[in-house]
Amino acid sequence: MSVAQPSAQVNTDDIDYMELDGIIEADFGNDKENLIMILQAIQKKYNYLPKPALAYLSTKISVPMSKIYGVATFYSTFSLEPRGRNIISICRGTACHVRGAEKVLEQIQESLCICDGETTEDMRFTLESVRCIGCCSLGPVVKINEDMHGRIATDKIDKILKHYQ
Amino acid sequence: MKIQSVKDVEQIGQQYSRKLYTPDAVKVNIGMASCGIAAGAQAAFDAALEKYPGNNGVKISRTGCIGFCEMEPLVEILQSGGPRIVYKKITAKKIEDVIEGYRNSDFDLKLILGQMRDPRNLLENDIDNPLGALAPIDGIPILEDIPFYGNQVKIAMRNCGYIDPDCIEEYFARKGYVAFLNALQDMKPAEILDLVKASGLRGRGGGGFPTGIKWETCARHDGDRYVICNADEGDPGAYMDRSILEGDPHTVLEGMLIAAVAIGSRQGFIYVRNEYPLAVKRLISAIKQARSYGLLGENIAGSDFSFDIKISTGAGAFVCGESTALMASLEGNVGRPRAKYVHTVAKGFRNNPSNLNNVETYANVPVILLKGANWYAQMGTQHSKGTKVFSLVGKIKNTGLVEVSMGISLREIVNKIGGGVPKKKKFKAVQTGGPSGGCIPERFLDLPVDFQKLTEVGSIMGSGGMIVMDQDTCMVDVARYFVDFLKEESCGQCNPCREGLKQMLEILTRICKGEGKTGDIKLLEELGVMMQRFSLCGLGTSAPNPVLTTILYFRDEYDKHIREKKCPAGVCKPLFHYEIDEENCTGCQVCFKKCPQEAISGEKKKLHTIDQEKCIKCGICYDACKFNAIVVR
Repeated sequence: MSVAQPSAQVNTDDIDYMELDGIIEADFGNDKENLIMILQAIQKKYNYLPKPALAYLSTKISVPMSKIYGVATFYSTFSLEPRGRNIISICRGTACHVRGAEKVLEQIQESLCICDGETTEDMRFTLESVRCIGCCSLGPVVKINEDMHGRIATDKIDKILKHYQ
Repeated sequence: MKIQSVKDVEQIGQQYSRKLYTPDAVKVNIGMASCGIAAGAQAAFDAALEKYPGNNGVKISRTGCIGFCEMEPLVEILQSGGPRIVYKKITAKKIEDVIEGYRNSDFDLKLILGQMRDPRNLLENDIDNPLGALAPIDGIPILEDIPFYGNQVKIAMRNCGYIDPDCIEEYFARKGYVAFLNALQDMKPAEILDLVKASGLRGRGGGGFPTGIKWETCARHDGDRYVICNADEGDPGAYMDRSILEGDPHTVLEGMLIAAVAIGSRQGFIYVRNEYPLAVKRLISAIKQARSYGLLGENIAGSDFSFDIKISTGAGAFVCGESTALMASLEGNVGRPRAKYVHTVAKGFRNNPSNLNNVETYANVPVILLKGANWYAQMGTQHSKGTKVFSLVGKIKNTGLVEVSMGISLREIVNKIGGGVPKKKKFKAVQTGGPSGGCIPERFLDLPVDFQKLTEVGSIMGSGGMIVMDQDTCMVDVARYFVDFLKEESCGQCNPCREGLKQMLEILTRICKGEGKTGDIKLLEELGVMMQRFSLCGLGTSAPNPVLTTILYFRDEYDKHIREKKCPAGVCKPLFHYEIDEENCTGCQVCFKKCPQEAISGEKKKLHTIDQEKCIKCGICYDACKFNAIVVR
């Protein structure tokens, strides 16, 4: 089972700016064109996009905060809120849809008492529906963190979720 | 070592050819594309490696996907002088048994998909078939003869499942980079352009624009020209690009290099989906290897041609598959399309001439250069040449990726290669072209598949997703699903698309809830035509296709939803309920045990009943019953 992610709110003091420099400068050359990939790297580190990190990024690559906010909200990968330790991505591509992805989604929502896009109160899970993971032959597919679970039956979901704390 | 000529490539290739075809040790190739891994290939690989860590006569290696996803994890075992056998559904538990079985010539037919008769790709006619002298083993089916593989012609996917994607030398062994070096050293750019034009190759990403003409137009414009690869495979249900990137990344790099020579470009970009982490990983490794051999970088093969490729990852926006949106995203902006009064071949990325093709298109190019335009143009139909990879998914027996000649009939793909609809259910439709495509009913199944013919019936080729639907699929729900998808993915810039989709979704949701009104269908059609005419980009103009085709071919289902408030497929929850069929129920208690609501009662061997008050219509009993005794009413 893949490792759980950090799930806490990140404040200004919690940010390691040296490390951020490493991402922005060393990995992506302070280049505005790499904005999306820089945001991905920041999100990978903190499990979401903390506001102080974005403010720092804004001055660092001279892109106004409004534009960073625009990009961060346009693309569905990004989250401006802290996410759960485990991310459940349920594939809602067509192949999964005709093989019953809706039922799987409903079952997960019922089990965890959250809606699509929400995080459980104990920060254990965030539920996100995604557009096609590309494993259509194994539909319906659910990805939890980095683990793929194919050919999911609705009555097996609780058993799978138990593995992730 | 830096490659200087075709000779260098051939020399390295020859050494690795032995590893590929006639290894001294028993070689075990485990299919490790994303879908294989999801099915358990990683666990099988780890288990095999633990058991056979090195020099005990067994070599474990990884390959990409050989296409037959239904049978994953697929494992192929071979040895010099022995057969090449492909095993199916090999999990960690079974892997040791099959390897030992192979070593003792004890073949368990239940685990075998088939024996391969010719592992060469279509560029390797000059080498002898390494299995030619070997008599096939009686009783084991020939892989090339089973219906799933029998009708396929592998061009774009010629190496997928045969080579280790992380090993450039194995790509050399299968005539890799020969086409590029020929193009660089022996051809003028105009000759390459003429050849690609004459082949009739059209873009495989959806639009079907002639590739040669696109390249030529781009080459005519001045500026820093860019070669871009669209690997933002957003169509749900299509995953051939992922498979090519994961199984044979070098063919894409080679195709881009050839385009760069033809167009005169120094810089390439691959825009790949963030949802494909393995494809990104393999691309990074492929680019690194190509650089180490001097096939990317400055002064390639001692010439004055320099070219490098950068990978950019997307961030989950379907609209970024559109060319202008993709280029905006490459620049680090939100991916909003612009009106194309000026095409991207004139002013695209960084306002410079930019040539954009998708993964599968580039994968075809090296073969066209080596085999010639005439050879390629012989395949297919009048206006659609060559082959196309389709992902055959949904309610179909043999799910997987199939590469077939253009012009083959839908029936042949669905029934013969795909093996038809499973569980004796009735075929209803096949959906092609993703959210921009349409649903094609049974009466058009004899249609030869090409760009024109699919457009004539209201659908499109798209990127090649084919989602088969059966009696349990509600066509109104499918239309609602696509509109919901597109509403979420619309960039919101132009009114017709943003508002049109919102209105359509409201109407369709009402119909699925049983609140449909007379006049709804007419309104949907009006909205659809408006969006087709006035939307800004391809997403908006093609967005109504799923709605319009389902209305055209499955109007009776809409009528049943609106007038009778019934969903005959049993999908729209407020419009049906489950009942137990008195004649078919055997009283086996399977449904009784599985029901999470305890809504089913009945003693063993006696007729069961469903308490409609308690039933939440989760469908678990419907799927579980083997006697068709749970029915939708």
